[in-house]
Amino acid sequence: MSKSLFEKIWDTHVVKQIEDGPAVLYIDKHFIHEVTSPQAFRGLENRGMKVFRPEKIVATADHNVPTMNQHLPIKEELSRLQVEALIKNCAQQGIELYGLGHQYQGIVHVIGPELGFTQPGMTIVCGDSHTSTHGAFGSIAFGIGTSEVEMVMATQCLMQSKPKLMRINIEGELNRGVVSKDIILYIIARISASGATGYAVEYAGSAIRALSMEARMTICNMSIEMGARCGMIAPDETTFNYMKGRVYAPKDEAWERSLAYWKTLFSDEDAVFDKEINIQAADIEPMITYGTNPGMGVGVNGTLPAENELEEKEKPSYLKSLSYMGLQPGAKIKGQKVDYVFIGSCTNSRIEDLRMVASFVNGKQKADDVEVWIVPGSRQVEKQAREEGIDKIFEAAGFILRQPGCSACLGMNEDKIPAGKYCISTSNRNFEGRQGPNARTFLASPLTAALAAITGEVGDIREHLS
Amino acid sequence: MSKAINIINSTTVPLDRENVDTDQIIPARFLKATSRDGFGKNLFRDWRYHDDDESQPKEDFVLNDKRYSGKILVAAKNFGCGSSREHAAWAIKDYGFDVVVSSFFADIFKNNALNNFLLPVVVTEPFLEKIFQAVKKDPQTVLEVNLEKQQIMIRETGEAEGFEINHYKKTCLLNGYDDIDYLISMKDEIEKFESTHI
Ligand code: SF4
Repeated sequence: MSKSLFEKIWDTHVVKQIEDGPAVLYIDKHFIHEVTSPQAFRGLENRGMKVFRPEKIVATADHNVPTMNQHLPIKEELSRLQVEALIKNCAQQGIELYGLGHQYQGIVHVIGPELGFTQPGMTIVCGDSHTSTHGAFGSIAFGIGTSEVEMVMATQCLMQSKPKLMRINIEGELNRGVVSKDIILYIIARISASGATGYAVEYAGSAIRALSMEARMTICNMSIEMGARCGMIAPDETTFNYMKGRVYAPKDEAWERSLAYWKTLFSDEDAVFDKEINIQAADIEPMITYGTNPGMGVGVNGTLPAENELEEKEKPSYLKSLSYMGLQPGAKIKGQKVDYVFIGSCTNSRIEDLRMVASFVNGKQKADDVEVWIVPGSRQVEKQAREEGIDKIFEAAGFILRQPGCSACLGMNEDKIPAGKYCISTSNRNFEGRQGPNARTFLASPLTAALAAITGEVGDIREHLS
Repeated sequence: MSKAINIINSTTVPLDRENVDTDQIIPARFLKATSRDGFGKNLFRDWRYHDDDESQPKEDFVLNDKRYSGKILVAAKNFGCGSSREHAAWAIKDYGFDVVVSSFFADIFKNNALNNFLLPVVVTEPFLEKIFQAVKKDPQTVLEVNLEKQQIMIRETGEAEGFEINHYKKTCLLNGYDDIDYLISMKDEIEKFESTHI
């Protein structure tokens, strides 16, 4: 019988199908971090249980950590307690921790792939919704709540009902200046912030095949922003080349064996999807969001919807959102002033993102009244950037290169955008208060963000590429 | 105390806003606790208070509106989107809600709610509209949510609608069972599975 990529992986992980209910699904890899794990550890403790398979868990500290002076004790008490709890819990349960100061520390969704933990054909979970990132390798990867973190710790399994399947095909070549972040912002703007709820989404087509692994991760990362359970891309030579030689990737004979299996992971020709969407790559422009959910996006030359374009029911939410953003219906987004530029987060903080920014800003200066924060996704990314001299380019441009962490993506540490200020951000969420109370966020690609850093406003990168 | 739920009769708090994300339900800066308790006081924090100051509530926000109270939160489409933080479900439950009604829930939120014995009830758009109208007209409007019968009713008018819930989850909620108890009881089968799983 022909199967989709999703089904091939799902079917080999079902321990038991409960009649008229969910499946008991086996989990191959479990990532944890300091914010969503303490209550799970405590739950286990209350049951008098140990972690069932500690070797299948990888831990890092990322959400809450400072991105300056990481060698000093964390100043904020509650953050420090959370990080300390993680250290203690991991030590007690025999879990590998890449904490502050470790050469492999970084954002959980950056280090998993970078170290070779993330592999095709796996089921991967983490108490974090952007776990969908790992689907770029052809795995089923999704975010879970803390009760579920506890379940996986206790039994290496979860109760899950099988989602519906959607395939999004993107064919053809991208326009110059258009990158993978624009693809995903375009898709979400088109199908809305809830358009894929209940679905596992596979991205396919020639435009996807042409992307690097890091670019694919950016796309899968934001699958959750349209409600999808997970996003995935079939593994191919690009995937295998990326993985080969990574610290925890299989070696020698095990590599050959894994490779033979990975090559079977694709959707069969007549696999059935509940929904298919076709997109022409050439239709995609550099994108930017203007509202308070990631579905509220337009091409940089576009205008915000006018009031009369909306249905009566949608108006109150729309107007509230624009009033939060301090924008007018029907306005143009191009030329909008920005105060902060944040280049970071599990969406766009990898070495290719930093290279992309550096190649554009090389020799240029940031606009006077703009503050620019570059937050690498991991210690390894940071190291690589320094080796390539990218840090020097940033320094010369007046950018601040910080240390790895989630930072202003969610404003849980001290990296917050002040109230009322506009930030163009390469992260994934523009929710009210996401980057700090009353902060205003425009989501965009690293290139579009880099342009705003130089000009101080939202612009069209295509007009600036030679 | 049993966690089980079945029939809930209560007035409601109407939150007529679409795409309420978990960053609104509980902002990230309040996720620093290492226990599950006490999140209710930070529920919808930024919509509830000016500048985080509890002595300055935003009067026009429903949780601060004295007319509305009860165990049922009614919200517009796509409730609970965004982050996977279970703290969102904890905060709603801790505040005192047992049921959230909406026409559409985000996936992870729905799972988290069910795992915390907070019942997500999905109704049709027209029925949701009816509830909002009834509650706006009369804040004392009582809804009856009957899990056993899978039915939600506006008590005053008797208008009712059935709702879906998966059979397994329903049994769990009615009896106060956790998924984790079930999984732990399957340990032998899981180990057997592992021995053949590559
Ligand atoms: S970078 Fe942002 S989205 Fe990614 S894991 Fe951290 S907080 Fe979540």
